[in-house]
Amino acid sequence: MSETGTGIGARVKRKEDQRFITGKGNYTDDINLPKQTYAYFVRSPHAHATIKSINTAKAKKMPGVVGVFTGEDVANDKLGGLICGWMIHSKDGSPMKAGPHPVLAQGKVRYVGDHVALVVAETKELAKAAAAAVSVTYAVLPHVVDVADAMKAKAPVHDVAPDNRVFNWSIGDEAATDAAFKNAAHVTKIDLVNNRLIPNAMEPRAAIGSYDTGTESYTLYTTSQNPHVARLVISAFHGLAPEHKLRVIAPDVGGGFGSKIFIYAEEVACVWASKHIGGRPIKWTAERSESFLADAHGRDHVTHAELATDANGIITGFKVHTKAAMGAYLSTFASCVPTYLYATLLSGQYAIPNIYAEVDAIYTNTAPVDAYRGAGRPEATYVVERIVETAARELKIDPAEFRRKNFVTAFPHQTPVIMCYDAGDYAAALDKALEMSEYSSFGERKSAAAKKGKLRGIGLSAYIEACGIAPSAAIGSLGAGVGLWESAEVRVNPVGTVEILTGSHSHGQGHETTFAQLVSDRLGVDINNVSIVHGDTDKVQFGMGTYGSRSGAVGMTAISKALDKIEAKAKKVAAAVMEASADDVEFKNGTFTVKGTDKKMAFGEVALSAYVAHKFNSAEIEPGLKEGAFHDPSNFVFPAGVHICEVEIDADTGVTEVVSYTAVDDFGNIINPMIVEGQVHGGIVQGIGQALAEGCVYDKDSGQLLTGSYMDYQMPRAADVPNFKLAFTCTPCPSNPLGMKGCGEAGAIASPAAVMNAVTDALGLRDVAMPATPQTVWKAMQPMKKAAE
Amino acid sequence: MPAITMKVNGQAVCGDVEGRTLLVEFLRDKLGLTGTHVGCDTSQCGACVVHVDGKAVKSCTTLAIACADSEVTTIEGLAKNGKLHPMQEAFREHHGLQCGFCTPGMIMSAVDLVKRNGKKLDDETIRHELEGNICRCTGYQNIVAAVKAGAANM
Repeated sequence: MSETGTGIGARVKRKEDQRFITGKGNYTDDINLPKQTYAYFVRSPHAHATIKSINTAKAKKMPGVVGVFTGEDVANDKLGGLICGWMIHSKDGSPMKAGPHPVLAQGKVRYVGDHVALVVAETKELAKAAAAAVSVTYAVLPHVVDVADAMKAKAPVHDVAPDNRVFNWSIGDEAATDAAFKNAAHVTKIDLVNNRLIPNAMEPRAAIGSYDTGTESYTLYTTSQNPHVARLVISAFHGLAPEHKLRVIAPDVGGGFGSKIFIYAEEVACVWASKHIGGRPIKWTAERSESFLADAHGRDHVTHAELATDANGIITGFKVHTKAAMGAYLSTFASCVPTYLYATLLSGQYAIPNIYAEVDAIYTNTAPVDAYRGAGRPEATYVVERIVETAARELKIDPAEFRRKNFVTAFPHQTPVIMCYDAGDYAAALDKALEMSEYSSFGERKSAAAKKGKLRGIGLSAYIEACGIAPSAAIGSLGAGVGLWESAEVRVNPVGTVEILTGSHSHGQGHETTFAQLVSDRLGVDINNVSIVHGDTDKVQFGMGTYGSRSGAVGMTAISKALDKIEAKAKKVAAAVMEASADDVEFKNGTFTVKGTDKKMAFGEVALSAYVAHKFNSAEIEPGLKEGAFHDPSNFVFPAGVHICEVEIDADTGVTEVVSYTAVDDFGNIINPMIVEGQVHGGIVQGIGQALAEGCVYDKDSGQLLTGSYMDYQMPRAADVPNFKLAFTCTPCPSNPLGMKGCGEAGAIASPAAVMNAVTDALGLRDVAMPATPQTVWKAMQPMKKAAE
Repeated sequence: MPAITMKVNGQAVCGDVEGRTLLVEFLRDKLGLTGTHVGCDTSQCGACVVHVDGKAVKSCTTLAIACADSEVTTIEGLAKNGKLHPMQEAFREHHGLQCGFCTPGMIMSAVDLVKRNGKKLDDETIRHELEGNICRCTGYQNIVAAVKAGAANM
């Protein structure tokens, strides 16, 4: 592997950048279709209410209005509701309690922003004006917005769950874990809140739905991370049209972070309603305030955890109880986030013999909660790394050494919570991070900071995550409604250029470059002669899309397998043309040679030969050079690393500054270090955002979203974060031929714990709530100040 | 509806606008210049930054009619004679973009901040100056590096 060139390991500049830096990107809202109309949604102003009546007569008469649709129209058309695609069973064996989630509200609204009616008009201004004329009469019901209070709510969000509990799920051996606690020398206890976040990809969600009355087929342009899954769900569950009569196109997508995995009501409503207005396309682009109200949110856990240690500081047991908010409806993958993506990672990097976790998933009258960058794994890391740090402090053991003495050191390692870690070297990452962060001289920096009125703290986070999602049979046995393999097709053109059709989808990850690097590396084709085709169900074979850091380990492995087949076929063609045995043909650096001779053919020549089919018996070798593959991973992949954060807190104002941040990550083999570093930077900043700035707040009394704009919800800006010190260690992943793990989520998984361990270290407190805004930190400092006076 | 004229990326253009029509709507919907993006509705994110008479403005909170007879430059007009502007080149060279959605506004703000602060910039100045542009993907580190390098080459 070399950092130069265009093959695997090279810092290749991105091929997709040309269009983005010149304003020629093609995002959904950039697309306009002939005879297009515009949608605007009437949304609930109440957190919880019965709909007494909806009067659309006035709106329908407004200028330029093409149609107004409500839940009644949806019901009359038998359009299916939104689904949650992962079945979780409670401890007692009962299935999760999924309430109905119609595309437009029927009978009740359950959160502020719930979609009540769709207004379609000639312009977006006219649609918006007419939406204001839709008259909805509500009878307001009691609501609940906090997960901590929800089980005592006066009016359940869904009748099917009278105590608002969707499920009560558990994992691990409770009796064995209790026994470990009985014999413990020390028990550390902690209560943590993982604050609710609003994803905020910079491109708001958008859709254009149209119906072709001639072919009786639908097309949906949408901001999706997984267009085939969207087509499957809209076809099979909403029942809109069979899959071959529905085309879903996800063009350039401006960031996802999980929030664009899900199948949402607005997109379905637009494509559905198009048929009802004679097939005219309906375009909807979310205003940012709608993104805040109605994109699926992330996190929102309340957790109590206890850690048992023996007299030598060895962890012997871990017990966790989490209440996880689901919001008002179960979003597409909501149920797997606080269960199989969360509690299965509670062993962290540690050899913990006994773990037991219980999770209550709970409805609240808020926007639905689903996967957001990391999805369950940041929440797990936060619990593990905060309690490990706290235990070390209580036991007066250096937190780095406490971690080291509990690390898993032999692989494979079976945890008590399903996961089997396949490879890693946790001490190597720790050593490197300690050295790069100058951990041993922290005391000097702390003293220097104190002299200028600053409280300096240091915090570690030794995270592990499971990504490369996921082995289909394994997740099927755990309740998943889909398989999580990936597909690829390699089309070699007669002139030797290559098109890769991938089921993965790029919305910032740089697939057009990294996937082309793999092809260039394998076939010796110039990287500029490789194009990556994705995001269109009419062009690309069924694929599962991009999330869970899966497009390298799973998506590229599918490509790699298809390339194996291309190579094998091309060898047969080359052998026939060069009049040799296929076994004697070798392929290296884009050239086929015959062992022991000077015969050779370039890759392009073989491609042309395959298509002209003059020189082989086409009864034995089919013409053409095109191969496909589906790859189903045999295990998750397990990126891991150590992040170390240093903060300085202004003792007078409570302002926290991240002054140093070191990240050492093991992603296995890396295709393009430049892109991987970019992923880590972005992830760390999202995690710093969670720790210090971002927090979704619903008003307890009114149920209104208080953080509904960038004026109220603090996004990290350039001046809020420092430059980061990055390094990689490498234990290649044994479960895929490229040895890759995943890098898309690691930064967001590791960083909140690192930052908060630093903040609590600086303040000498057990816990400070996230986001540790100046106000929160200032308040937390007051008792200490009073005590000092 | 009043008709307005304007010079956009060196070309004279005219069009009918309502009093409420925003500059970004005029650019995107009337002129088809979709490189300028709308990422928020509170003038915070900066995806919509263009230059009006040489100054960076947020086109989502500027009325089109207020820009009548002005010279407007959008991301599409930054490259000259097929040659990328040094700031565009620097964003590619330093991996200063991922999803690309904030990028046009980010580049237009960057060009403007160099005009106001000179070509030799430190990280702190760049970070402070980018206060009005939000990026969710990059974590800013590579954007700062790109702006610094782009400035030096301007």
